Order: sequence, then C-alpha cells, then structure tokens
Amino acid sequence: MTGLRSWLVRRLLLGAGQTVAVVLLVFALTEALPGDAAVALAGDQPDPGRIAALRETLHLDRPAPVRLGEWAAGLLHGDLGTSLTSGRPVTSYLAAGFGPTLLLAALTLVLLVPAAGGLGVLAARHEGRLPDRLISAVTLALYAVPEFVLGVLLVAVLALRLGWLPPTAVGYGDDLLAHPAALVLPVLVLLARPVCSLTRLVRAGMIDALASPYVAHARRYGVPGTRIRYAHALPHALGPAAQQLARTVDWLLCGVIVVEALFVIPGLGTVLMNAVTERDIPVLQGLAVVFGCTAVVLNLGADLVTHRFVPRTGEAA
Amino acid sequence: MYDGPLDNPRSPGLRRRGFLAAAGGAAGLGALALTGCTGPAGATAGGGGTPRRGGKLRAAFAGGGASETLDPHRASLFADAARAKALFDKLADFGADLAAEPRLAASWEPNDRLDRWTVRLRKASFHNGKPVTARDVLYSYRRIADPHQAFRARASLEPLDLAASRAPDQRTVEFALKRPTAEFPNLLAAFGAYIVPDGAQDFDHEPVGSGPFRFVSFTPGRSALFRRNDAYWDGAPHLDELEFLVANEESARLDSLLGGQVDYAHELTPTTARAHEGRGQIEIVRLRNSAMQSFAMKTDRPPFDDKRVREAFFLLADRKELVDGALSGAGEIGNDLFGKGYEYYADGLPQREPDLDRARHLLKQAGAEGLRVTLDTSAVAAGFTEAAAIFRDQAAKAGVRVKVAMGGKDSYWQDTLDSGTLCCYRSGAMPIESHFSQRLLTASTTNATQWRHKDFDALYQQAQSTRNTQDRAAVYARMQRRLHAEGGFLVWGFADWILGTARTVRGVAHRAPANTLDWARFDKVWLA
Repeated sequence: MTGLRSWLVRRLLLGAGQTVAVVLLVFALTEALPGDAAVALAGDQPDPGRIAALRETLHLDRPAPVRLGEWAAGLLHGDLGTSLTSGRPVTSYLAAGFGPTLLLAALTLVLLVPAAGGLGVLAARHEGRLPDRLISAVTLALYAVPEFVLGVLLVAVLALRLGWLPPTAVGYGDDLLAHPAALVLPVLVLLARPVCSLTRLVRAGMIDALASPYVAHARRYGVPGTRIRYAHALPHALGPAAQQLARTVDWLLCGVIVVEALFVIPGLGTVLMNAVTERDIPVLQGLAVVFGCTAVVLNLGADLVTHRFVPRTGEAA
Repeated sequence: MYDGPLDNPRSPGLRRRGFLAAAGGAAGLGALALTGCTGPAGATAGGGGTPRRGGKLRAAFAGGGASETLDPHRASLFADAARAKALFDKLADFGADLAAEPRLAASWEPNDRLDRWTVRLRKASFHNGKPVTARDVLYSYRRIADPHQAFRARASLEPLDLAASRAPDQRTVEFALKRPTAEFPNLLAAFGAYIVPDGAQDFDHEPVGSGPFRFVSFTPGRSALFRRNDAYWDGAPHLDELEFLVANEESARLDSLLGGQVDYAHELTPTTARAHEGRGQIEIVRLRNSAMQSFAMKTDRPPFDDKRVREAFFLLADRKELVDGALSGAGEIGNDLFGKGYEYYADGLPQREPDLDRARHLLKQAGAEGLRVTLDTSAVAAGFTEAAAIFRDQAAKAGVRVKVAMGGKDSYWQDTLDSGTLCCYRSGAMPIESHFSQRLLTASTTNATQWRHKDFDALYQQAQSTRNTQDRAAVYARMQRRLHAEGGFLVWGFADWILGTARTVRGVAHRAPANTLDWARFDKVWLA
C-alpha cells in the first residue's frame, strides 16, 4: 500500500507542476496575442486616449510580471482575481458556468458508460458477424461527423421539421433540469463521438481478453459465459477504456464549446470563448487553473482504475 | 462617440464574427419611399392594427457573456444598448435621418454665439418616483466625462465645459461649451449618454432609470427581464414584460425564433433573410443604411498622397458587384460619401461609375503604372474579406496589383488606424457632422484616412458657428464635394441590418438604421 501512496503523492506533485505550467503558458500566450483587453474593449473606436484610459483603469499599464505576481498571490488565498471587463470576481464566472457544463457532462456520462460498454461487449461477442459489422460501421461513420454538423442536422430534423424538441435552451438559464426536453439534443451530440471511440476500445479489449489463456482456462472449468464475459474479460478491457473515458470527461467538463454555442447553454465553454475575445486574462487564468486541476485529477482517477482492474500492466510497463 | 457597436469585437461565438458580422439584405430604395412619417408608427412591420396591451416579448441578441452590464454608460454591445434603451432615457435621440429628436429634453435653445445652450427638461420621473432633474443630468454627464473612467460617450461630450455648466432650476440645464457648437443636440443623443439618478453607481442589482421598462432581474450573459413602466412619460409600453435573451450564434438566434422560443431575433445574415423572406413563417425586417462599407486610403502616404491615385481607385470599384458579392445583395451602392439618406447628405452629386480607362489614365499621369498596394482586411466585420477579394480582381483589370493581407479580429481597428495604406473599413450610423468631427479633422482621434487639412477644419468650425440651418447645409455640401472628389474613403456600399420577428410581433420600426431611436425600441411594439 505504501507503494501506491508514494505513487499518488508523486502523481499529485507532478499534476500541480503541470497546472502551474499551464497557467504560465496561458498567461504568456495571452500576453503575446496582439492587442490587450483595452484594445479589445475599444473595438472600432480605437481612440488612443480612450485606450490609454482603459489601460489605466484595468491596471494594464503595469508590467506583466507584476500583474502575474499579484494574481498568484491572490490565488494562494483562494482568490482568483476579478474580471478585467466587468470587475466581477472570477469565481462568480466559474460558478455560473460550472453548473450547466457539469449537468451536461454528468448526463452524457451516465448514458455513455452503459451504452459504450454494452455495444462493445456485443460487438466482441459476435466478432466478424453481422452485429459486429453493423456496430463497427455505424460507430466509424458517426465518429467522422463533426459535432457542429450533427447538431445542425439534429436541430433541423428533430426540432424544426418535426417539432419534437426545442431547438435551443435559450431563456432557460441555469434551470436546465426544469426543461429536460432542451437537454436531449445537446446530450445526443455530446454522446455521439465518445460512444464511438469507447465502443471501439471496449470491443478491442474484449476480443483480446476473450482470446486470452485465462479465459480459456475459466471456460475449461465450466464457468458460465456471462460470468466469464463480465467478471473476467471485461475488467481487462476496461483499462484502456478508462483512460479514454478520463479524456472524454475532461473534454466534457472543459466546456464543449460547439455544443454550448449551438444550443445556447451558458457553460464554461461560453465563458472561455468570451474571455478569449475580451482578452480577459484573469478569467482565462482562473479557467486554466480549474481545467488543469480537473485534468490532473481525472487522469489520476483513470490510472487508479487501471491499477485496480489490471494490476500487472503497471509493472509490465 | 456616436458610433454604436456595429460589430463589436467583444461579441464572442465561434468566431462567428464572420458570422454575425453579417450585415446584409437586399438592396433597394423601397424603404425610403415610406418615409414621410417621423413617428415610430410610420413604417412598421406586420402592417398596422390597433395596439393590444399585454404579453411578454422575448428578444434574442448576441451578447458579451458574463461581462455584460446594465451600466448604461458602459454599454458597448448591441445587447447593452438595447437594454439601456429599455431602462433609461437620453436627453435626445436620433431619428431615421440621424437628426437629433428631443426625448427627456423638451427643448434646447442656444445663445447668439452658439456656445451656451439652455435645455429644458420635460416632466418625467425615475422608476422610484423621483422626478428627473437638472442635477441628475449634470451628474450623469460628469460621470461620463470622468477622466479616470473610459466611458464610450466621453469623447462625444468633449465640447462640453461641465465645470461651467449649471442648473438654474430643477428643470433647466445651462450647458457651457468650449466653442460654438451648432450641432449641440447631437451630443445629447450620443451613444451611451444616458441620464441616471444623481449619485447612481451600482447598476447590476437594482438599476433605476426613467425608461419605458422597469428592472426585474438580470443574469449577465443570459437574460434580463423588465416590466412595463406605467408612468412612462412617452406613454406606457404595450407589453407587460420584455425579456432580453443572449444567443451568440446566428443559427441559435434563428433556430429559437423558428422554434417559437423567442419573438425577436437581432442580427441575421442575408442568407437567412433570403431563405425566410416572404415564406410566412417569420417576418424579416431590413433596416436600410445601417452600415457604411468602404475602403480607407491613407491620404498622407504614397501612393494615396496623390489625389489622382485616389480618384483612380474610386473609378476602379464596381460597387454593384461589391454589394452583390460581399453583402449578398443586402445593401445599396455608395458614392464615396458617408451617410446616404441622412440629414445633410449631398445626394445631388453624380453617382460614381467604374471607368477603367480614365483610372488607367490617371494612374499614368501620377506615374503609378503597375502599382502594387497591400489591402488590409480581417474577418472582423461582415463582407470584409469578400470585399477585399472582389476589389483585388476589379483592380487587376486596370493593371493595379492589390495584395490582400488578413489581420486579426480583436485588434484590427487599432492596427489599421495609423498603419498600412489601404484597409477595409465600415461604420455604424451617426450624424454626418459626427463622422466629420471624429474622423476627418486634424485633431480627430480615429482619423483612419489621415485626412488633415486646415481649410477643411476651418469649414467644419464655420458650420459649427452657423446658426442658420440652410447656410450650414451649404457648408456641409462643400465639404462633401471635396471628399467626393479627393477624399480617402472609397464608400462602396451601405449594408442593411437584418432582424427577424415572429408573426405576432407588431410595431417594429422598419425605417431605423441600427443605433437610432426606433431601432431595438420595444415600448411601441405589441403582440397581436
């Protein structure tokens, strides 16, 4: 157990380092962009006097290291700073965007895991036969469709032509749960590609596992087929799938920009897009910290799952 | 400044600026034929009918996310401007011809030298029941002019000497000006020059204005809900409630309109308009003359420091092709002058037509044969990149090689203000006088054509010191003739601004360029 604990500590330290690096990189890249928040705010009236005044009110006239230092000092007290454009705390931006994004991510995940697991196992069981070929063909084809195209298609057919579902979530604000119909299309779009990639991974893992000596051994002992599939073979197939799942969740949480824009869901992706256009560096940094931490924790979780289900892979690697 | 956020870079989306940058619609002079009536009831959508009271109108705008504010002095997006208009009033606002119309000001009267103006306020009250007084006006203007802030209207109020202005009684303001300003009412109508109660600082929680709607709730980047102000001085709105919703993607605004989730969608593309116009599902409203489209030549550097080259460029442009190609036909051709259809516009000047032979001749005279120029453009506004490509091909026919350079969106305006030689340029509606003062005087802060001529400045000052409107119009006409002959703006078109409304929505003004009084005005709208 001590091995696991030191491994955890090392991973967490590494993760913290990675997060710091991400934040620094975001800051440096935003600084390197042409123009700053003052220029972005001045827009088509780039009156030099007004830009200078904006720089002064936004404290952009101070050197970059000073601004970064103050922000980092605030971070140590749990203060993510205030937005350049509105003066509101960055935490309020994150809090507002987190709810809708989390809801979408959770719903997608709840449907994704059983769907991808079931389809993957089904395909593996019938390897090379009709169900497998059907599942493979559909997942490959669907995977090739970009979210935007799929979203537009679904809206055009299901919402506007047939009128079954609302085309967007406009006006529902935070209270998306009170309008479940508005969530159907976004979740379908979000599900489409991860289902494909996960199904393929589970299928491949299952085929390997089912062909392995220990499964053959279990068969010889007369263990029932269902038990072999789900208790013996599936865990083996879950290792790579868990890694992929972590990346998917990361992708979902970090705001799926296209889906949010298309369906007017005011989540983190929307916050991110706005912050970039406005050169709102404190908000970008806050998002970078949150995204960085989320990515580290999720990947850690995925590694733990792999560790648990496929203990030997760690040593072999 | 008077210029509204025609295409503000803060609006996000999938960098749909190309997107929503859409200003388009079909050309035509039909709307102008409808003029005549000044009132909002004049040219409106959905025919007439008797206004019906009640209901809630949901309007979708592109927004600015969590940074949106209800501070009317900070407004810079269309959504901000529309919300500010619902909650607050200005002393004056622009009619369809961009002449100032009285709003909270009942009247204005200058002294002989035109450098002192007495404004009498109408009887109006804020939502908390307190009357709108001269103190509120002076407070509001002093707040806008605060040098430590950077409110958009500050530059417009620059001619005011606020320290010397005073309030002799509750409903009278005496404005002192730094110099004669015949066009003083334009300042009262300036974009963002709203009147707020004396001492007001916080607008996020419970903003109090004197506008047609009262505040109910606001979530930045999502929704703002307002209710009818029954005590409104200009008559209570027909609607019970008005909700502003934010949808940054044009497709999302259109989908929610088609799906019945909203009743009014601001800023649609010409393609959308063509697909849905006359189909009966939704109404398409085209606001003509909303966006001037041009190429700006820097007149202080080669090759454009030679007026023969500038004239040659005027003759290279096939305006019809530019409007059809870059604006998808949603606009009218321009004549190298700002403000088609506005007050003081020199519409007597001959329409410029392409004339490649004369252009070649002029270039040869100027010793500029085989000229190569870089044209800066960016996807910052609708049609910019398309216009650049079309003009490149048009110029090539006369042997001028135009190299199109793509710039970033967020810093485009600043990048092209002083550098480069030729760039794509566009402007929202503002009075012609403001266009002169902001862009064409030696001291102008956004002089994109580097047009600096002492005699031109003198003509502007002369106009500002001229009390008689006809005499003033004559001076403006002289200035415009000069610009038409040798100015730096190759104005090739005026884009429509396109809205969509549900079929039940009535009373939407058709003849109101974006940024004018009747644009995005919901107190005269009703639901049938």
